[in-house]
Amino acid sequence: MRLSGAGLTLAYDNRLVASDLSVEIPDGSFTVIIGPNACGKSTLLRALARMLKPKAGTVHLDGQLITSLPTKEVARRLGLLPQSAVVPDGITVADLVGRGRYPHQRLMRQWSSADAAAVASAMAATDVTDLAERRVDELSGGQRQRAWLAMALAQETPILLLDEPTTFLDISHQIEVLDLCADLHEEGRTLVAVLHDLNQACRYATHLIAMRDGRIVAEGDPMEIVTPGLVEEVFEVRCEVIPDPQTGTPMIVPEARTRARATARFS
Amino acid sequence: MSGSPKTSTASPAGERAAWNPPSLGLGPWSVRLAPRTVLVVTALAALTFCAAIVAISVGEFNVPIGDVMTAVFGQSTPVAELIVNKLRAPRVVTGIAVGAAFGLSGAIFQSLTRNPLGSPDFIGFTSGAATGGIVAVIFGGTAWQIAGGSMLGCIACAVAIYVLSARGGGVQGYRLVLVGIGTSALLVAANNYLLTRANLWESASAAAWLTGSLGGRTWEHALPMLATLAVLIPACAALSRPMRMMELGDDSARAVGVRVEPVRGAAIAAGVLLCGAATATAGPIVFVALAAPQLARRLTGSAGVVLTASALTGALLVTLSDLAAQRLLDPVQLPVGVMTGALGGLYLLYLLRKDPR
Repeated sequence: MRLSGAGLTLAYDNRLVASDLSVEIPDGSFTVIIGPNACGKSTLLRALARMLKPKAGTVHLDGQLITSLPTKEVARRLGLLPQSAVVPDGITVADLVGRGRYPHQRLMRQWSSADAAAVASAMAATDVTDLAERRVDELSGGQRQRAWLAMALAQETPILLLDEPTTFLDISHQIEVLDLCADLHEEGRTLVAVLHDLNQACRYATHLIAMRDGRIVAEGDPMEIVTPGLVEEVFEVRCEVIPDPQTGTPMIVPEARTRARATARFS
Repeated sequence: MSGSPKTSTASPAGERAAWNPPSLGLGPWSVRLAPRTVLVVTALAALTFCAAIVAISVGEFNVPIGDVMTAVFGQSTPVAELIVNKLRAPRVVTGIAVGAAFGLSGAIFQSLTRNPLGSPDFIGFTSGAATGGIVAVIFGGTAWQIAGGSMLGCIACAVAIYVLSARGGGVQGYRLVLVGIGTSALLVAANNYLLTRANLWESASAAAWLTGSLGGRTWEHALPMLATLAVLIPACAALSRPMRMMELGDDSARAVGVRVEPVRGAAIAAGVLLCGAATATAGPIVFVALAAPQLARRLTGSAGVVLTASALTGALLVTLSDLAAQRLLDPVQLPVGVMTGALGGLYLLYLLRKDPR
């Protein structure tokens, strides 16, 4: 188990988000964390990525306390695509992706052939090579998110955390980004993502963590744990769970309030 | 493993690595170079040097450029040597150093606040330095006490703004800008009040200082400023890489291993000291700290902080402005701050016209 948290108490200033939360990220998994707004899923991800200091409890990376490792050393093993990233005016895709090499560089050694190779392969993997000299602020949402992903990939970390990577994207760009994540997972990386769409989570995740009110309600293979009971417990939504016609993974069909009326009209 | 999706079609991991930026390596040293930045930096340095030589050469008594060169190396007529080395060279060197300090300070704060208006002119540091300077002038301070007063004023003002804008253990850029603008307005009011309380002579002397001037600057002004730069430029060089990461947001910077809070603290300290030292030396020369980093960024076509180019742009701006201020309405001698203020105002209007944001 490379990444895990134990007995975590998480809070922003005085607002308690979770207490005594423990989580283990299976190696080589594509773990997806789901849950209603403000359930603490992004907070948990931030704590695992050492963005947020837990009030109590510990996060371990490769058997060591994450806080005991130099932060640049952590950055060579664990990457994060944060939710709140800023695009500086006029930055090009190549410049952005190149900045992902920071943890591999030093003041005296600012650019090496390894850096160039990592940037080139990260841009190829995310299909942004043709956009290399374009300005990030001129790109579409999907292209922009691929550029950010390329930056995280250039960091060359075996573990990659993604905080709501599909938010603000339309459906085709959501699929594009998630397919890319699936490719990265298949190449052997461990991925942890916070997602909003349950059906997408079930499709892509090999390990699902369902949270509510700062605690983990269920975790495991989505095929085994996603049931109407779980969805109702986590999201307070009554639903049917049917096999996804494309993948056979669980698909959630929420119960319709207007069903009776629609039936009446069309029958 | 039944839940593993296989929806992807293409495998995009192929190495079609055509993209490779130019870089310069020498043993264990290697830096990534943008050709345009190298060109711009070289051109700025050359232009500053030429402007400096011209500024030393022309005046009430013109010294031919050849004589300027020989005078600098100490083999010339006593008159030329007096004019060059005692009168004009210290003024020009002070201008270059002060301009570089303002340029660097502006670049640092615009990068930290991720806002072009986050320059020390706007966020109150210069006004704080001015308050300290005016107080020293009113109490009849010596030149050194005025310099010390403005340095103290700048630091005190920076600490106050930092404390007021800190929230939950961190300083957010836009808060720093807003708190700074408020503080600046208060201090400008205080400065005006202080001027009304002073007698005519003090008031005139303080007002002259307030516009920012290089008149009568000697090696006693130039050398401390150069020493400050000698200490702070290496610090800025070390900070520039983590600062570039912080332009992508604090989380992005932390994710790649930047220790955000210490870097921000050190950068603020360096920026305040640069701005304070420059104001102490030449008074608050307006708009250099605002305009130099923006001009440098556009000239180099790069994103975010460009420290070397900003410093050189600042140096060039002040040198040219001082030359123009002395020669344009000759024999009327304007303080350099009037010229940078006029240029900066025009530049800001141009920016606002161009970028509708």
